[in-house]
Amino acid sequence: MITQSSMDKRVDDLVAAIEGQFEESEIEYELSRAFGEVTLQVGAGDWRKAAELLRNHRSFDFEELIDLCGVDYATYGQGEWDTADAPNRGFSRGAERSGLDAVEVEKRFAVVCHLLSLSKNVRLRLKTFCENDPPMVASLNPVWNAANWFEREAFDMYGVLFEGHPDLRRILTDYGFVGYPLRKDFPLSGHVEMRYDAGKQRVVYEPVKIEPRTLVPRTLRHDNRYEGRAAPESEGSDG
Amino acid sequence: MAEIRNFTLNFGPQHPSAHGVLRLVLEMDGEQIMRADPHVGLLHRGTEKLAETKPYNQSIGYMDRLDYVSMMCSEHGYVLAIEKLLGIEAPIRALYIRTMFDEVTRILNHLMWLGTHALDIGAMTVFLYCFREREDLMDCYEAVSGARMHATYYRPGGVYRDLPDNMPRYEEKASKWHSEAEIRRRNDARHGSLLDFLENFCERFDKYVEEYETLLTDNRIWKQRTVGIAVVSPYRAKQLGFTGPMLRGSGIAWDLRKKQTYAAYDQVEFDIPVGRNGDTYDRYLVRMEEMRQSNRIVKQCIAWLRRNPGPVMIDDPKVAPPKRDQMKQEMESLIHHFKLFSEGYCPPPGEVYAAVEAPKGEFGVYLVSDGANKPYRMKIRAPGFPHLAAMDEMVRGHMLSDVTAVIGTMDIVFGEIDR
Repeated sequence: MITQSSMDKRVDDLVAAIEGQFEESEIEYELSRAFGEVTLQVGAGDWRKAAELLRNHRSFDFEELIDLCGVDYATYGQGEWDTADAPNRGFSRGAERSGLDAVEVEKRFAVVCHLLSLSKNVRLRLKTFCENDPPMVASLNPVWNAANWFEREAFDMYGVLFEGHPDLRRILTDYGFVGYPLRKDFPLSGHVEMRYDAGKQRVVYEPVKIEPRTLVPRTLRHDNRYEGRAAPESEGSDG
Repeated sequence: MAEIRNFTLNFGPQHPSAHGVLRLVLEMDGEQIMRADPHVGLLHRGTEKLAETKPYNQSIGYMDRLDYVSMMCSEHGYVLAIEKLLGIEAPIRALYIRTMFDEVTRILNHLMWLGTHALDIGAMTVFLYCFREREDLMDCYEAVSGARMHATYYRPGGVYRDLPDNMPRYEEKASKWHSEAEIRRRNDARHGSLLDFLENFCERFDKYVEEYETLLTDNRIWKQRTVGIAVVSPYRAKQLGFTGPMLRGSGIAWDLRKKQTYAAYDQVEFDIPVGRNGDTYDRYLVRMEEMRQSNRIVKQCIAWLRRNPGPVMIDDPKVAPPKRDQMKQEMESLIHHFKLFSEGYCPPPGEVYAAVEAPKGEFGVYLVSDGANKPYRMKIRAPGFPHLAAMDEMVRGHMLSDVTAVIGTMDIVFGEIDR
């Protein structure tokens, strides 16, 4: 298709521009191309600088911040479906997750932005891993004003702190909410439930009574069909 | 001397023009708004967390419930992300069906927007007209998926099933509310297939849009309430992450259907309306024209779909369920069916972002997969979220009564903002 190849051309240009400009401004980066998309990973220290370069330099022109979100890599690549004991004990329906209370992953929290250049019609994913405990990264609010609420959301969901954010409050969760709901060690059912207490004439919070349950266990399959396809594409050039 | 302070006013969450559950804390100097602080999240359901605990296909239904007035467009964004991850593409007929229903959805959404926006500003009649037309389109949803709103019709690799040959009809029996003649009239367009019914609607629809326009476009009150209200410059629109009609209203010709085309949008003809002043009135005009353009696309899709029968689902048993009779005959199909519905499919590890031009703007889904049968992380990029974030900037300096006009022009739905 014509549209597809012209998109590839634009992505090629973008990759070439990143290789040139980031070298020049001495930002360490990691570039990968997969699924027709470009991912640019920079260190947390260079986060703001990289964003400014991408927004202001005429070879990028990323005028719009489309999305910004956090990702918790604590259990990345871990399945729940363990079949090692199955010959002796048989399969059970429920699957258990273990070791989630003590997650200590080197690079746990990532912040991911999706940028869009209207004039060049190209997209870029900008990514960084936060320095741990508490996870912190510079705010992009001065670069793109759209970052304001997106960063509030990432803070609300993951507890990522954005340095220099003008108004870092919780946004989606309840007033007085405790915990960071999208972290992998936060249970799906939450910690508290709410009901109206007729005796007290008000709403009360209580610890949840539902037991956690997995209906479909998380299973990782290594599909040979994907082996050849993803490998050569994802080998990006390192900066 | 008495101390003069700004007055803080709580707007919503139960205000009828808060479009759902928006709580707005307004700091006012007399009638004028000095600062607006929207409190969102009253409809937060944790869709992203829920999706992490379910096989890919089971989250399609959640997409309908995000932006509950543009259901299939949200599904489309999610399904496209999965398809990108799996490296599959739906058959051409499915692409046309998706294009058609995306546009039906756009009309549905814009009718809802127009009706409520006009109602908020004080025009009651438009609301009633809009909901009359929505009824027909929701019947199309029902005919094709069985549900009037939450369709769950799009699937990775195509659509759930082909368009029905018969349009459901009203029971031809007089009731307490409808006479027999009335029912016959309502069944008039329903004797053929879904495409016949939709075509009949399309022929009528352009005239309806004109009707709405006669009520509003040159209406003095309408203009007083919308012209020059909440002006957003092109630069600010980009800074604030605007997409869709909000961006086009500010004069930027950006539409994913044209620029980063998907489904069958490169096969159909349509134009992109663009505003000039970036005010509420221009955004109104943009959306009105979009309805006409959507109608044009639907017509082209109907013509194509009539001529080109074919499969609507990819022939890949790892992703799409096998045919029922095959399943009863063949061992292999039975296994595929079982695996698909018990475990689902495992896409390769990696991350993708797919976006569609939803009626409100760019609806995007960011998927991170670690090779499991469930997404490792799913982020929904709701168009309304950055729009509402600009609330403070848009209403600052305006009157209290303009707040409802601004909420209306943003086309806010809390299902997608709160997720």
